[in-house]
Amino acid sequence: MRSTIFRFRLYIAGDTQNSMMALANLSALCEAHLPKCHKIEVVDVLREPKRALAEGIFMTPTLVKLAPSPVQKIVGTLAELGRVLQGVGLRAPIA
Amino acid sequence: MFHRGNGSASSRLANAGQQHKAPTGIVGFDEITGGGLPNGRTTLLVGGPGSGKTIFAVQFLVQGARVCKEPGIFVAFEEAPKRIVSNFETFGWKLAELLKQKLFFLDAHPTPDLIQSGSFDLSGMLAALEAKAKEMGARRIVFDAMDIVLALLPDAAAKRRELYRVHEWLVANKLTGLITAKAGGDEEASLGQQPFGFMQFMVDCAVVLNHRVELGVSQRNLRVQKYRGSSFDENESPFVIGKQGFDVAVSRMLGRVDAKVTNERVTSGVKRLDTMLGGGYYRGASVLITGLPGTAKTTLSGAFAEAASRRGERTMFVGFDSDGTEVIRNLTSVGIRLAPYVKSGILRMISARTIVGSAETLLVRIKALANEHKAHCLVIDPVSTLSKAGNELTAHGVAERLIDWSKADGITLVCTSLLDEMSTKLDGGTPLQISTLADTWIHLNYLVQAGERNRGLSIIKSRGTAHSNQVRELILSETGVTLADIYTAGGEVLMGTLRWERESAERVAREVADVAGKLKRVSLDAEEAVLEVRAKSLQTELVAKKAEKSLLTRTTESRVRELSRGHSRMRELRGGDVAVPRRKKAK
Repeated sequence: MRSTIFRFRLYIAGDTQNSMMALANLSALCEAHLPKCHKIEVVDVLREPKRALAEGIFMTPTLVKLAPSPVQKIVGTLAELGRVLQGVGLRAPIA
Repeated sequence: MFHRGNGSASSRLANAGQQHKAPTGIVGFDEITGGGLPNGRTTLLVGGPGSGKTIFAVQFLVQGARVCKEPGIFVAFEEAPKRIVSNFETFGWKLAELLKQKLFFLDAHPTPDLIQSGSFDLSGMLAALEAKAKEMGARRIVFDAMDIVLALLPDAAAKRRELYRVHEWLVANKLTGLITAKAGGDEEASLGQQPFGFMQFMVDCAVVLNHRVELGVSQRNLRVQKYRGSSFDENESPFVIGKQGFDVAVSRMLGRVDAKVTNERVTSGVKRLDTMLGGGYYRGASVLITGLPGTAKTTLSGAFAEAASRRGERTMFVGFDSDGTEVIRNLTSVGIRLAPYVKSGILRMISARTIVGSAETLLVRIKALANEHKAHCLVIDPVSTLSKAGNELTAHGVAERLIDWSKADGITLVCTSLLDEMSTKLDGGTPLQISTLADTWIHLNYLVQAGERNRGLSIIKSRGTAHSNQVRELILSETGVTLADIYTAGGEVLMGTLRWERESAERVAREVADVAGKLKRVSLDAEEAVLEVRAKSLQTELVAKKAEKSLLTRTTESRVRELSRGHSRMRELRGGDVAVPRRKKAK
């Protein structure tokens, strides 16, 4: 069991297909790999456009891993599981 | 600042197109499109690397922010906005000043550590932009290097979808959009590629920039490919990225206001040439001086520059052959002094010998410098240099535009043109065919005769002015440039020493005649004197004779008297006769 808490922020654009897929993929990933040690914050840029602007989010959906450091951004529907795991630091990059 | 050149023409166009055109402030482009980009619609700007897409886009926004009261947003997918701002400082657009409220740069370039997994869309960005646009009241928006973000999308369908999304968004928000995208060097091939091919159909206006090298000379061209609902100039127009941004060369369009024409004359700097032209050049005219090397073309144009400077008119002298200082020194030797005017700032000498580039580049630079100097009179020596760089077709167009521009701005233009060494015939055209466009064409040539070369000047044409048909000899001396009459003898013209010989022979003949006349008068005087003397002596003789004659008469009378008295005395003495009473004693 992991002790570190993974904190994610997912920027979505309303209920567009890409955004919904990303949300589903992220939930599945957390359930499978980070049970009970993750926090997901969902930001709808259509509702909070200024926040997206301020935080530099232009492509939706975008996943930001806030903790543990380093901060990492992943753009897209998070469809490729291997890449996402690698991106958030759950799997070592394949040399 | 952004409406250089013919102010009245651009503002007229701006008024006409106010409803549906967004002026770009790019000299020439607004004329090609009749006012600018389609207002509230999308324009696609395609070009190879380094073709000037970003400059075009930023200039469009700056014009909006500064002149049209239309704030703008710049979405940078490729370059960091900070770098764009600092790169464009050189154009003098003062971007930092505009950034406060009228211009917004959005840094949307993907960071190198960005991980991508699966498809995504731009709705997040558009939502953010929408909020920003509403906040600042933006009317214009640029998506710079759209191809970068499209390249991240997994398939053609996704690319198309996102383009549609952007397009729909622009239309919904009534923003005038400009999307730039890279295309490969080969225009035809890259334009057909997806997604550009699709983009071309979607947008309302498409502009293609290309950058070619012809004969080692860089040549930039701009072409409007399509423009829905508007007429436009379909041809490729050369353009230059100058000191103040884009400068698109356009030929005169139909319906443009004609330049003002005056009857004012300006002196050519050579008195007798003015007389030959019936008073000098027309103000605003284009004068062409052709001739072989060394026929004093520069001297003649220098005389014009000096005269213009003396009148206090701002003058610019562009020399392609030699440095300004050299020209000044050389002209001093023939009594043309330009140095004081250069010092006072009225005259500006430009040495363009080192400027390499297409004819278009040269023209744009000359234009920019002339505008900077506010020149009224312009000398280009020689204009034939234009045809050397790049292809001749462009160069000819440039010569046309040079004359068109100088006329529109009321600049009196004197340009010299080097004729080919071999084409000595007088009616041979100049390399740029500028001779047909010029108002006044003065031709200088050599006449080799009796072992010497002499310069001859003739006026081939001068529109709208009476001009002398005489060939004159051009004489350069320390005191200046003068024109001398030439002698024609047996169908041949005499110049130089032959002319001088003829002149001196005439002088001698005149002297001889003078002397002979004097001699004749003297001898006549002498004869007259002789006759007078003779007349006097005769007169005296006459008087003497008269006296002699009267004496004779008197003597005769007295003898007669004496004789008669003697008779009576004798008779008295004889006493034989009755004595006659004695009245007086005999002598």
